Amino acid sequence: MTRIFATLRLALRALRRNKLRTVLTMLGIIIGVGSVITAVSITTGATKQVEDRVASLGQNVVTVFSGNFTSGGVRGGWGGAPTLTIEDADAIRNQTTDVVAVSPEVRDRSQILANGQNWNTQVLGEGPDYPQIRSWKIQDGAMFTEQDVRSLGKVAVIGKTVVDQLYPGEDPVGETLRIRDIPFKVVGVLESKGFNLFGQDQDDVVIIPYTSHMRRVSKRTALNSILVQASSTERITKVQEEITNLLTDRRKNREPDFTVRTQLELAQMATSTSKIMSVLLGAIASVSLIVGGIGIMNIMLVSVTERTREIGIRMAVGARGHDILVQFLIEAVTLSAIGGLIGIGLGFGASRIIAHATGWPTFTPLWWVLVASFSSALVGVFSGFYPAWKASKLDPIEALRYE
Amino acid sequence: MNPVIHLDNIQKTYRSGEVDVRAVRGVDLTVQPGEFVSIMGASGSGKSTLMNMLGCLDRPTGGTYRLDGVDVSRLNRDQLADIRNLKIGFVFQGFNLLARTAAVENVELPMLYQHAKISSRERRERALQSLEIVGLAQRADHFPSQLSGGQQQRVAIARSLINRPALLLADEPTGNLDTQTSIEIMGIFQKLNEQGITILMVTHELDIAQYTKRMVVLRDGLIVSDTAVVNRSNAEKELAKLKSEQQAVQLH
Repeated sequence: MTRIFATLRLALRALRRNKLRTVLTMLGIIIGVGSVITAVSITTGATKQVEDRVASLGQNVVTVFSGNFTSGGVRGGWGGAPTLTIEDADAIRNQTTDVVAVSPEVRDRSQILANGQNWNTQVLGEGPDYPQIRSWKIQDGAMFTEQDVRSLGKVAVIGKTVVDQLYPGEDPVGETLRIRDIPFKVVGVLESKGFNLFGQDQDDVVIIPYTSHMRRVSKRTALNSILVQASSTERITKVQEEITNLLTDRRKNREPDFTVRTQLELAQMATSTSKIMSVLLGAIASVSLIVGGIGIMNIMLVSVTERTREIGIRMAVGARGHDILVQFLIEAVTLSAIGGLIGIGLGFGASRIIAHATGWPTFTPLWWVLVASFSSALVGVFSGFYPAWKASKLDPIEALRYE
Repeated sequence: MNPVIHLDNIQKTYRSGEVDVRAVRGVDLTVQPGEFVSIMGASGSGKSTLMNMLGCLDRPTGGTYRLDGVDVSRLNRDQLADIRNLKIGFVFQGFNLLARTAAVENVELPMLYQHAKISSRERRERALQSLEIVGLAQRADHFPSQLSGGQQQRVAIARSLINRPALLLADEPTGNLDTQTSIEIMGIFQKLNEQGITILMVTHELDIAQYTKRMVVLRDGLIVSDTAVVNRSNAEKELAKLKSEQQAVQLH
């Protein structure tokens, strides 16, 4: 142990002796590690944000979208022409296991009036379980009930943005708003949820019973989608399969005109871009680490040549090849490890500055800091090994004679 | 008591291209503890090659070499390094001190490579004692570049003594020094030898060899004479003589 410390002191002294060269050599590692940490901080921050937004979709949600990629010769994505029916929703509720809640959904945009103000917003027709499925709390008042759904109740639950637009500084519960001239009574206000995966303001919404929406407002006969909540995360895939089979059966000979997506798949799709980004940035950063390693190897080779006489002296007084190897190896590792630490600090600082300047969320995961320190030390070992090995194999007589 | 050096028909042949160069062609030499031997010879006589083998920096291609009772002629690199560390103290013509390293740390160097653990405090104490012997304790913190040639050579001697070696090997120790400093260095060797340290010194200067007790002359890889030194010089007296001469010159 004392010997390791002595060797470490020796290495630090040797590195101090040629400060400019040491700093320039370290620069490669500093830039490499710094860019790894910065890149990881930014992509992790982005991924975390996306994950938070996916989580805001709700808990264990399986969504049945109407439409398919190919349907009746017409190609379209999800949410195309509404093809799902209330009967489909009832079938899912009654004929599948592990489903705890179902909410048929109809979507529409309408101009709404209240308080002498008007506002264009998303009007959703939903079932009473909607807040539960999306883990969305009611801040004031209450959600409408199953009774309201059956009686085509003219009741609405509204989001924060709508409150701000139509009832600034007032309590909207109990007030009346008009959707296409039909008066609805506000029974509840939703908690603020912020932006969703696609950057839409989720609070800019009015929710009414889906039956009221279909019969009174939009006059539609089909649903846009059906939200289903599985009983647990493990059951999501099974529920997805069951729903797919059930709806396919119900369509007999027709082509499937629906798409069943789980929250998990949505999350994967949403994070795939940032995953590609992090792989790309990681690759660039590794290249700069390798370049840094080559720089270290280069300098260590020069150093071994310059210090041939020193090596000869050490060997003459009893240093074994192994002692010389360890000395130069520790020097290389010290060089790269210090560079790595500075790089971590720099990367940390840079990601904070970027976060401050751009407002992107950045996050530096601890295990990446460990990976960075470990890999910079590893670069030191790899790039230092050959020069150190060369030094250890010197002939003491030749080395002593070296001018 | 084992002889410090026992060479039996030592040979060293180098291959340079197609030609075999027989640098040392069969040397027998025995050095007892307490001896002070000089090895003389012109360049090309094989004395450097012999010196390298004696110092365990190189292995003979034939014959056996027993150092302090141990056959070292067939040891591997690491084993030779240990022998150099524990049994041999080197003093070179070019001093061979580590630059930008304080005198005391230069003296400590061999202890760093010892297998037995020595605390840093003990290392420092022993190094200072060793510097005391050569009269340089007050310069312990100086770098080699701040020391004169004679002082640097004394640091090198202090370093060679640090592990209490069986043999002190000096390779042209006065080659880079002026006359007065050379005599001072020989004075240190004589003093050390009186304390029982075995010294073997390579030189090509007869007046320097005159300070030793036994003179071995080498030519073409063979020993041609091995005689006791008669009219041995005493460094203290020579130094006094030199100083009075210098004063005489100044008076004129």
